[in-house]
Amino acid sequence: MKSGIWVLRLALLLLFLGVLFGFLASFAYRLSDAKSDFIGFLKLRPLHVTSAYFGIVLGGLACVALAIQRDAVQRSATRLLKVHLLLWLVALVGIFYSYLTGDFGGREYWEFKPIWALPILLSYFVFLVYFLKNVGSYKSWPVYYWMWFTGIVFFAFIFIENYLWLFPYFREHLIADMTIQWKVNGSIVGAVNQIIYGLAFYLMTKISGNEKMGHSKLIFAMYFLGLFNLMFNWGHHIYILPTDRYIHHISYIVSMTEWVILIRIFYNWNQQLNENRTHYYFFPYRFLMAADYWVIINLAIALLMSIPAFNLYTHGTQITVAHAMGTTIGINTMIVLGGAFYFIKPTFESGKALMRMTLVFWTTQIALLLFLITLAGMGIQRALWQAGISGAAFGQMMLKSRPWMIGFIITGTLLFVSLASVVLYLLFHSFKTKATYQLHRKV
Amino acid sequence: MPSVKVAPITIFIMLSVLFLIYSVAIYLKPLREKDHQKATIQKQAAAGKDVWQKHNCHTCHQLYGLGGYLGPDVTNVTAKPGYSDAFLKAVINNGMGLMPPFDLTNQEMEDLLVFLQSMNETGTANPQHYSPKINGTFTLND
Ligand code: HEC
Ligand code: HEM
Repeated sequence: MKSGIWVLRLALLLLFLGVLFGFLASFAYRLSDAKSDFIGFLKLRPLHVTSAYFGIVLGGLACVALAIQRDAVQRSATRLLKVHLLLWLVALVGIFYSYLTGDFGGREYWEFKPIWALPILLSYFVFLVYFLKNVGSYKSWPVYYWMWFTGIVFFAFIFIENYLWLFPYFREHLIADMTIQWKVNGSIVGAVNQIIYGLAFYLMTKISGNEKMGHSKLIFAMYFLGLFNLMFNWGHHIYILPTDRYIHHISYIVSMTEWVILIRIFYNWNQQLNENRTHYYFFPYRFLMAADYWVIINLAIALLMSIPAFNLYTHGTQITVAHAMGTTIGINTMIVLGGAFYFIKPTFESGKALMRMTLVFWTTQIALLLFLITLAGMGIQRALWQAGISGAAFGQMMLKSRPWMIGFIITGTLLFVSLASVVLYLLFHSFKTKATYQLHRKV
Repeated sequence: MPSVKVAPITIFIMLSVLFLIYSVAIYLKPLREKDHQKATIQKQAAAGKDVWQKHNCHTCHQLYGLGGYLGPDVTNVTAKPGYSDAFLKAVINNGMGLMPPFDLTNQEMEDLLVFLQSMNETGTANPQHYSPKINGTFTLND
């Protein structure tokens, strides 16, 4: 148990650093020249994206570890988890060193020197062994075990693919190289989502007390739909790249299968509302509820953006950033926070503490909504410019976006403050209430 | 709710095999990619891409719309009127607006420019050069 909670603490620390660097990076939008930028957007963007995303990845893995140890067939292999944690620590030290000294060499989202990818890859193999040792035979796995297994295996596979460019055979063919680069970036989020959505299913099963849910045919169908999309829908990132047409067509068709998920959500609407009413006062549930609503908004946007003719205009604008942060914050971070509350501090002693956290919770949601709207505003401005509506120079277009940028910075600050207080609250309580994650075995 | 009949492992393996086939088809793409360039240029463009990565240009710039958003897309920057090698060197050495100055060696600069020229030769990233179609796809204008 102890190592699991340490992985979770590391994840929370990374999430805190992530929002801090994001907050600092956002100020670059206000500046008019690079000299007044104090760490530099050049370093801040990678620092932000890596910290925030690895916070999510590790937060997911930490909750998986805590969950399987709680249900473990046999309690063993905790040493493996320690090795896993150690490998991540090594990688993170290297990555931060790489960024802070400006010694890049990697690619978008993975800008650190490729050598630091090695401990991360190893950590996945270690985690896989650890996972398999704890979960018993696959024949009786509930869906969330399948999702976790998928997430771990596919992350490792795709992460190797992420470094194929080190071979000249790939690197010397610019378009093939970019195709693989975005195959990786598109599908690796799918792998991480398997871990995170698996966690959401796990939490729902435990909160509702309905263990049968984990074996339902419908839920398995949803899992396979997700896996299918992970494998084949990544091409929507590169509709404009002159790569093989069949990649674009496969991706367009496969992406459209996700309408099923959206339709299912509306089909279950009443049930959803009932569930919300029943569990609203159980704090971990609240974040799952938030994630559910963000799924609707983000999925609707994603579906539109997967239509090539629509993507042609939104691509390369902050609408993509709105989608990226909308899903990583609204869905992934919310679920990880739900999991963290579940394992660290599921209940509150005083009504006052609950009230305070409720206020922070709603501030986060509203700040996020406004934050995404300002990004979309910037994006629309840029999309119109790209479509040649105004004929202005790039700098002029950016100047016209000023009001949106100011709004982005203000709402970003609010989001930073509210998310940071949730994360720091959890981090603090993980030390204070030492044994809650063991005490609250049944909720 | 009914329990599962087809074992999940079967579906999992079937999908994974399909995914592997698709992946291998893509790994073979370099063999199919038409080499409109000499091998030496190709090598130099790849070296230029390393420079692009080493200095993290993608943090602010996009290629085919992919990258960060503080600066413009530079897929076809070498084809812009007035954007000679000398001008591009000046932009990169001195910075421009929000772009900081970069201190590149001569070799790095040459490689980088070859990379940008090669990128330009692969196609166009300007949405205005494409037309949307009623079935939701789009095509390159003649
Ligand atoms: C901190 C963000 C940032 C980084 C990093 C950056 N640039 Fe820029 N760059 C900009 C901005 C912003 C502009 C547009 C300035 C303007 O038009 O006002 C620009 C303009 C350019 C232009 C001219 C584009 C045009 O269409 O006029 C080129 C070429 C260019 N950058 C190349 C590079 C290269 C090569 C690198 C890496 C060595 C790089 N940039 C790194 C922000 C950046
Ligand atoms: C847990 C919370 C957060 C997560 C997971 C997150 C995630 C991300 C991701 C994945 C990107 C890359 C987007 C892309 O390439 O399309 C990004 C970019 C960015 N984020 Fe965040 N983010 C978070 C919070 C914040 C906050 C609070 C701010 C503060 C204002 C912020 C500011 C930015 C900025 C300025 C960029 C760069 C956009 C650009 O390239 O122009 N983020 N973030």
